[in-house]
Amino acid sequence: MPSEEKPGSDSAVTAFKARFPQAVDRPSLDHPAVNVPAADIPALLKSLRDDSGFDMLADLTAVDWAEGASPRFTVVYHLYSTARHDYIRVAAGCPDDSAPVMPSVTALWPGANWHEREVFDMFGIRFEGHPDLRRILMWEGYPYHPLRKEFPLAGIDTELPDAEVAAETGAGLKPAPMMGGPFVASTGQINMTEAEPGAKDESWTERNEKPGP
Amino acid sequence: MATDFTFSDSAARNAAGEPETEKMSLSMGPSHPSTHGVLRLQMELDGEIVTKADPVVGYLHRGDEKIAENMTYNQFVPYTDRLDYLAPLANNMAYAIAVERLAKLEVPPRCQAIRVITAELARISSHLMGLGAYAIDVGAWTVFLYTFGEREKLYRLFEELTGARFTTSYTRIGGLARDIPGGWLGHVAKFCDEFPPILEETMKLLTRNKIFMDRTVGIGVISREDAIAYGLTGPNARGSGVPLDLRKDRPYSGYGQYDFDVPIGTGGDCYDRYLVRGEEMRQSVRIVRQAVEKFPEGPWFAADARKIFAPPKDKILTSMEELIQNFMLVTEGPQMPAGEVYFEAENPKGVLGFYIVSKGGGVPWRLKIRSPSFCNLSILPKVCVGALLADIVAILGSFDFVMGECDR
Repeated sequence: MPSEEKPGSDSAVTAFKARFPQAVDRPSLDHPAVNVPAADIPALLKSLRDDSGFDMLADLTAVDWAEGASPRFTVVYHLYSTARHDYIRVAAGCPDDSAPVMPSVTALWPGANWHEREVFDMFGIRFEGHPDLRRILMWEGYPYHPLRKEFPLAGIDTELPDAEVAAETGAGLKPAPMMGGPFVASTGQINMTEAEPGAKDESWTERNEKPGP
Repeated sequence: MATDFTFSDSAARNAAGEPETEKMSLSMGPSHPSTHGVLRLQMELDGEIVTKADPVVGYLHRGDEKIAENMTYNQFVPYTDRLDYLAPLANNMAYAIAVERLAKLEVPPRCQAIRVITAELARISSHLMGLGAYAIDVGAWTVFLYTFGEREKLYRLFEELTGARFTTSYTRIGGLARDIPGGWLGHVAKFCDEFPPILEETMKLLTRNKIFMDRTVGIGVISREDAIAYGLTGPNARGSGVPLDLRKDRPYSGYGQYDFDVPIGTGGDCYDRYLVRGEEMRQSVRIVRQAVEKFPEGPWFAADARKIFAPPKDKILTSMEELIQNFMLVTEGPQMPAGEVYFEAENPKGVLGFYIVSKGGGVPWRLKIRSPSFCNLSILPKVCVGALLADIVAILGSFDFVMGECDR
């Protein structure tokens, strides 16, 4: 811990953990962190906001622990105290791995609205009680959730968002040409899969079509 | 054939006996001069009054967080330039400190001082851009010419230091790309002497300008409570009287040793946000002056950092150990401990946060970018309702957002 960092608000966090025994410590390298059950999220965050002084929702996001892990999705909240100037991290695993849901906290912080829309857009986690759960960064009707681990970095062939333009031009959205991907040197004219059997097969470019499945 | 201007919609409503007032829906952006990039506002108007505003973001979405999961910590540094591309040096620093917290690295005072100088110069350049563009939005062209002249001087300083004007990629994890060039501090000090009078002259064009005040005072008012509830940060929150500034509240990179004030507004309107930005530039000059005066000697990278960014070039070519180390860094990335960190830095636009989940190894498992512009814009549906259409331009300009970091 850098020396200029102030110590955390231990007393507020300790009091919170005493009030809610279901909040268990979560490993953390910096701020106090707790794991809580998903169903208790609204009540616990309300108590943190009103009783413990963590009145600002600094960040709301999710982590995908990849297929096979359970719980696969964890929603992570960072709360900030505007009076004491410290953070607490609250994490909750989504109960259902195939159709993850989490109670919405938009009633506590209206600023959670966009954050939850983003998490829904990127991970496909539904927030129950959200007033307007639409995609936010991708367009309405986009079929995938890009920050899920199984989604490839280059992207997946998709139809254009505008059906009229697509019908007129016959164009679609193609995966980005990766030129071998970030860990691989530039391919030049060599087929990367032949040159480096261990390399990821992302050797297509604008000129060379993507190899078929 | 003559065009029929009768709206079929309106005819149908008249037939149904509904009142005649008709709401008009208007889409502003994604390419509109006052939306500063690619923000689109889907609005519903009753005459000139906005009754509903729905911001549509994502036109500049590049999947930075997905990209980060697929590359090493060092490789992501250039991507941070492209978040808030008006203050890349400040983004570089925020990212570097976040990863340093993960790696438990402490950088030496000289490195901290260089980072503070660059971040504050970046703040001035970002605010100059915001101020000039805002003045154009509300009809004052001259200001832009003044601020861009000053910004150009800053970009020359950045070029001298980093080799690039825009995409600086200057910090490294645990250090910097290079030490400051000889004479650079003198140039910075010269800028600090020349800039304040020009800033005063520029702000004089606006601060008591009748037209400017008519367009901004009492417009786009955000209450203190709303600012906190919506997670507003930076000058937008401080304009509403929220006295939050991470440089003071949770000093990082040695900000604690500098003497500066945090300006806050009282009204929470566009005018207060303008005043706060103006004062922040003066305070940034103060910080830079102090940092230049007590500029420390010593190394400009952390002792352990050579294992993370790169061994010295001459050693790579002559010594086996460094050659192997360089090879491992390039192929596998710097090895980080497993764990989670969340670090926020006070950037020109607000609080830029990085949440890093590491499972160990050279690649982050998840890297979330909490961008100030994204959070700041989320209050638009509330602020715009009830405003005149012409005021939307003034409100958007006063937020000083950048879509590069909003959409990531």
